[in-house]
Amino acid sequence: MTAKKFFHSVYLNEERCRGCLNCIKRCPTQAIRVRNGRANIISEYCIDCGECIRQCPHHAKMTKHDHLDVLEQFEYTVAIPAPSLYSQFNHLTDTNIVLTALLMMGFDDVFEVSGAAELVSEATRKYIKAHPEKWPLISTACPTIERLIRVKFPNLLNHLLPILPPMEAAAMLARKKAIRESGLMSSQIGIIFISPCPSKATFVQEPLGTEKSQVDAVLSIKDVYPELLSYMKEAERQPKNLSISGKIGVGWGISGGEAAGTLTNDYLAADGIENVMRVLEDLEDEKFQADLAFIELNACNGGCVGGVLNVENPYIAKAKIKQLNKYMQVSKSRASEYTEYGSPNSLFWTKPIEYEPVYQLGSNMMESFANLSAVEKLLKQLPGLDCGACGAPTCRALAEDIVMGKNDAKKDNCIYLLRNYYDTLKNSPLFKEEKNDNSGTDPSGSI
Amino acid sequence: MENKIHFQYLIDGDDFTRAGEASSDIKSKLKMMNINPDAVRRVAIAMYEGEINMIIHADGGTIDVDVYPDKLTMVLKDTGPGIPDIDKAMEEGYSTAPDNIVSLGFGAGMGLPNMKRASDEMEISSVVGQGTTVTMTVLF
Repeated sequence: MTAKKFFHSVYLNEERCRGCLNCIKRCPTQAIRVRNGRANIISEYCIDCGECIRQCPHHAKMTKHDHLDVLEQFEYTVAIPAPSLYSQFNHLTDTNIVLTALLMMGFDDVFEVSGAAELVSEATRKYIKAHPEKWPLISTACPTIERLIRVKFPNLLNHLLPILPPMEAAAMLARKKAIRESGLMSSQIGIIFISPCPSKATFVQEPLGTEKSQVDAVLSIKDVYPELLSYMKEAERQPKNLSISGKIGVGWGISGGEAAGTLTNDYLAADGIENVMRVLEDLEDEKFQADLAFIELNACNGGCVGGVLNVENPYIAKAKIKQLNKYMQVSKSRASEYTEYGSPNSLFWTKPIEYEPVYQLGSNMMESFANLSAVEKLLKQLPGLDCGACGAPTCRALAEDIVMGKNDAKKDNCIYLLRNYYDTLKNSPLFKEEKNDNSGTDPSGSI
Repeated sequence: MENKIHFQYLIDGDDFTRAGEASSDIKSKLKMMNINPDAVRRVAIAMYEGEINMIIHADGGTIDVDVYPDKLTMVLKDTGPGIPDIDKAMEEGYSTAPDNIVSLGFGAGMGLPNMKRASDEMEISSVVGQGTTVTMTVLF
């Protein structure tokens, strides 16, 4: 396992962290331990869902992404905004206003991710029809979901839709367009994604389904938003005709939007990481009676509008997307219009996602077997309160850490075991003798 | 080292919504043991179907799971009404589930056939009026 494989955009600001237990209890993959008064993120377990960023009362969890000055690094820049960007503004009636404001902000061109999303929807519809043996196909637009399946649900890997996410499709097309229009070399062009979440920033560094991402930099919606606001009024007066997406594309920003783009009724759409995990568990156990063709899963509540790098409340944002695309034409972008950009096959994965067995209790079956026995034995000594005071999210996690010799875990981390040990000492004849010799007071401590 | 790890689950027959807890629990443990993922999946399916059966027909029971280095055995024991005709019960689509269960989407008559399909060995012993014991083995 290379370090690169588990690169993360979520990291800890050590100065802000107070070592409280909020994040360890809310992390869906139990990837955080508090040791020496600081949270530590276990790299192999983290799936960049952003839940700890959401929960941390001290804002100690941060996201690695680029800053606005990144535009200066390139001769020519293209903004590729996530559809959730549109949901941040009040009373937005035309996406062209936001796109025009992006140009005023300093970008040389814009290419809507929602436009590329319509091409992905088109490819998805064809793929679903052609591959009933893989039903239900699981959406691969949310990289956190891909990473979750990669470490926890190996049996579901063959259900993953092998199509690149709209961000990547947009970057690919935007680059080709920019080379043609600017006459510059690829290295002089900056394709810059405006992101609702850290997970996409991670994807750019450590892509899934492809060797290299076509995105050069990632800005957060919350950094871009205030800049954009200052240009919105002016952009509203003379919006340029830049939009290449309709209802289907813009709808990708909310839960159920991608599924709606498949134009089938046999789908399920789940959002919120805990809900998603339950769906995946049931899917793996073949608990679904219904024959579903497609499953859309979003790690964030409400879909991408729920990403932690947004400004607006996810549910208000969701309502705004619905208002915005109410009278939009169904779809604007079609693969047939992009034939000079390469074949529609370029939207497909060029490498598979493989199982990463990071949760194993040993390097082989026998070792895991012995370690599970040891964990079960140790668990009988622990109080089973899952209080988190030891710095691990559950008693079982602590027991596993101790047995595996991982994460600096010791039995003494458990305050209940420590108290029992203290009580044993206190009641031992040796302790009583010493007490009597030294002070002559009652060892129970009463005065 | 002991050559097996034992887990026991008490299946509460009163609470239908808790069906699947035992199979989820064993699945999460097996997933950490370098066992081939397909075997883990088959254990979860077989046990889940068994749990559902115990709750629908027998007011709960116990499941004893033994994990060995090369296989897993589970013994599902209940003191329910028993199965009068096991061959008939093994037929796909044959169901004696009550209507209220069928209305929840269960009782399709696939429980025992699914258990048979998911496991490598399955034995049923049943005495009408006394209860049923199903023993299943999944090889890793």
